[in-house]
Amino acid sequence: MAVRGVHIKIENLNHRYSAKGPVTFDRVNVEAGPGEALVVIGRSGCGKSTLLHILAGLLNPTSGTVHLDGTRVKGPSPRWVMMFQAPHLFPWMKVSQNVGIGLRFARWPEKKIRERVAEALSLVELEEHANDNVQDLSGGQQQRVALARSLVMEPELLLLDEPFSALDAFTRASLQKDVRSIAKRLGFNLMMVTHDIDEAVLMADRALVMAGAPGKIVHDLKIDLKDPREREDPEVQATRSRLMQIFHEAANSPSGGAERVVGHESVLETNPAVNL
Amino acid sequence: MNNAAAPTVVPVASKAPESSRVLKSLGRRTFNWFAGLGILFSLWWFGAYLIRANPATRHFADFGPIPTFQAFPELWSDGTIQNAITASGYRLGLGLLIAIAIGVPIGILLGRSRTFRELSNSPFQLLRMISPLSWEPIAVIVFVTWNQAIVFLIAVAAVWPVAFSTAAGLAKVDPAWFKVSRNLGAKPWHTLKQIIFPAIAFDILTGIRLALGVAWIVLVPAEFLGVTSGLGYSIEDARETLSYNHLTAMVLVIGIIGYMLDSACALAIKRYSWHRASN
Repeated sequence: MAVRGVHIKIENLNHRYSAKGPVTFDRVNVEAGPGEALVVIGRSGCGKSTLLHILAGLLNPTSGTVHLDGTRVKGPSPRWVMMFQAPHLFPWMKVSQNVGIGLRFARWPEKKIRERVAEALSLVELEEHANDNVQDLSGGQQQRVALARSLVMEPELLLLDEPFSALDAFTRASLQKDVRSIAKRLGFNLMMVTHDIDEAVLMADRALVMAGAPGKIVHDLKIDLKDPREREDPEVQATRSRLMQIFHEAANSPSGGAERVVGHESVLETNPAVNL
Repeated sequence: MNNAAAPTVVPVASKAPESSRVLKSLGRRTFNWFAGLGILFSLWWFGAYLIRANPATRHFADFGPIPTFQAFPELWSDGTIQNAITASGYRLGLGLLIAIAIGVPIGILLGRSRTFRELSNSPFQLLRMISPLSWEPIAVIVFVTWNQAIVFLIAVAAVWPVAFSTAAGLAKVDPAWFKVSRNLGAKPWHTLKQIIFPAIAFDILTGIRLALGVAWIVLVPAEFLGVTSGLGYSIEDARETLSYNHLTAMVLVIGIIGYMLDSACALAIKRYSWHRASN
């Protein structure tokens, strides 16, 4: 599979669901280089998932722009694909049909679809289940099928909306490792929303902390750790503690840490890890 | 506790009891299927016996099962059964096709558009409650031939189960499937063909099965008047010529054909259903 990363530029993004409704988030600015893995963490309702939906082109922002390698995101595209909290597989299709559905939408020839699906299934280690009914798979296997369904499109940016939250601890740990390893191997960008601090540390190159109402990105923490990352590693533990502290500070601050936005902006311009 | 340390003997699962249970269940169902029919025919025979035994009703004895079964070779050899089935089948098939062609899109609109659902609720409920046969005088005036009028009556009767079942199916569709398909680059046509239709195939077919039942009920009385072919006409013709055994034979044909069509629908529902419970 020939995949590459993309330069992400989010500028002054603002969103509200209705004209009179509350602002979901405001003045969100993020920039990321090709192949970077970003995790957005924050309490429920701060607009993390909405932000991801806008990046996937499934929602329009009220104002502001998202550019991927200079292309403005205005709708869904095989270049930026989202994976959801639940696999949402199509139960009337076999595993291979589920994985190849995006290519079928794009009118690929059947032979090429078969080849690409086989590659994607091998990436998620489900080759032997190609002809199985998706309803016969475990939750973890179903989420792997959903991952293969996204990977088969060779996206430059894979958006993950709490994709492992419904899985058991063992399956979750295994998928966290696999997704990061596949992303790094193929070189595409990851942008993930999670409530799980451990997940953020294990999977991300940078953790964006969102807080407040309307939501804002109040911290941007660089996570510069060696791969493969293990939960028990003291460096992982230290980063986890630091992120947890930032998260609590942001959550407990009356303005959701908004008073630190100025600091945050300067942090972005310099080295976030040093400033935090 | 000593018990905790005791080795547990796990019985080796055997397939023999499973297959024998399946065979037993199949045998029981087959027996009951024939037994049910046996009871029906026994009651029929007993009724006919009482009719024959009573001098006042004896001339209706041909309604009994034996004269009826004796009429079958006669009706088959002169082509009555085949012609009646062909004529009725054509009307039923065309009426159902029209009902499906109109009912499925209406059902999809009902399921997808709140405005259409709210706007159409009162007129559809009103129209649905009109007995299909009450349209017959109007249909006879509007359409050039009786044949067209009967097809119209069948379509009017069958369209509602198809439309409402399709709409109910769509209401149960996981909205995330639309989001996922859009996310993977699906155009509206792809969503309709690859997502909506397979997702609600079970409901559409269930609607068609219900529609078939209603259409079959409407077909026979609709053929009592105006036409000179079809199952309804054959019954009416047999009554007028006092051929009671022919009459019951044709009634039996209606039952058998209806049962076969319903079973075909049930098989199609099973074949296209992806719901685990129904497999």
